[in-house]
Amino acid sequence: MTAINHHISDDLLAAYAAGTLPHPYAVVVAAHISLCLDCRAGFEAHQMAGGALLEAANSEAVSGNLKNSTLALLDAPAPVEKTYARSGVYPGPVMEALKGKPPRWKSLGLGVRQCILSGDREGSVRLLYIPPGQAVPDHSHNGLELTLVLQGSFSDETGRFGVGDLEIADQDLEHTPIADAGPPCICLAATDAPLRFNALLPRLLQPLFKI
Amino acid sequence: MLIASLDTPPTLKPPPARFGKDMTQVTKPSAQVSPQTTWMLLVRDQRDRDAFAMLFDYFAPRLKGFIMRSGTGTGQAEEIVQEVMLTVWRKSAQFDPERAQVSAWIYQIARNRQIDVIRKENRPMPEELAEDPETEPDAGQILAVEQEAGALKKALSLLKPDQREIIEKAYLGELTHQEIRTQTGLPLGTIKSRIRLGLERLRHELKDMR
Ligand SMILES: [Zn+2]
Repeated sequence: MTAINHHISDDLLAAYAAGTLPHPYAVVVAAHISLCLDCRAGFEAHQMAGGALLEAANSEAVSGNLKNSTLALLDAPAPVEKTYARSGVYPGPVMEALKGKPPRWKSLGLGVRQCILSGDREGSVRLLYIPPGQAVPDHSHNGLELTLVLQGSFSDETGRFGVGDLEIADQDLEHTPIADAGPPCICLAATDAPLRFNALLPRLLQPLFKI
Repeated sequence: MLIASLDTPPTLKPPPARFGKDMTQVTKPSAQVSPQTTWMLLVRDQRDRDAFAMLFDYFAPRLKGFIMRSGTGTGQAEEIVQEVMLTVWRKSAQFDPERAQVSAWIYQIARNRQIDVIRKENRPMPEELAEDPETEPDAGQILAVEQEAGALKKALSLLKPDQREIIEKAYLGELTHQEIRTQTGLPLGTIKSRIRLGLERLRHELKDMR
């Protein structure tokens, strides 16, 4: 595996550990940590801080029977939890968002495709498939956008992003990411706002594509 | 340097080279590994109910206090405490003392549970790194992690009350990441590099397995 050069910022990691990161971003952060030992160590360091606070927390006495009722449940069958393993270029958290199935791509034109994993008021997270030389669907946005490369690479004014690299773009960044030569670039992108595709599609078409 | 637990006297003795497979050196109340880690390893490796009861006595009231701080009522807080402790029992195989303190691991389980209750959806979590069951634990690494945790607890205790309030809010899930961004961070660098060592070792073992 090639080295990962672009990582999760500390504020995002702390918010992820505390569970306050909106769901679309949490999917991307979980996917990056699945690929990156550095950020896994950072994540676990934040857990350590949370644990230190837990140990120092003011105790509240629990009801007298809580311990016995918990002990009595140790042999009860545990609820079955489905876990999703990595499949091809898709890390476990992406497979979970795909519910274990391969992505169902929808064309956006010019060979660019997308597969929306989830979208609601909190924002959206989707997979993008971009042939070499094509622009990553426009990144002019209202809020924060996280883009994690899963296959191939793209480049923009700020640098080159290969497999495992995470681009953190806020609204101040005007950039035009273009997929590099080589295999098509597949990335996982999360935003907290509906995207405005001003380069690729007229604004009027956006509702049709559920962007 | 401080050892993690307040119940154990600090020690500067060199750690034993390695724990045996049967973990006998851990099962003894040792002055070197915190009692919480000892209990957790007994639960993980020997399904020891008495050790689980000790963990319950230590963590359940803290968990309840922690959970109630964010506005949860006493009844629901106890439900969550019970679910968290049951998860500790069921998922004990995931506990790795070379990377985490028991409290860190339980913190994450508790936050996940609270969020699942609030949002009715599973939190996206990273892939688990599976450990080769034959891997012998590295006592030096376990102790180093405990020392780092001790240093972190000391740093927390030295914070000014308003600073500490902000840090608590952040880890209790009361701040957005934008709000966290503007706050001064905790000194997590040395802890991170120590955890990183544990991960490197694990990755090395995993590579050998494949
Ligand atoms: Zn990283």
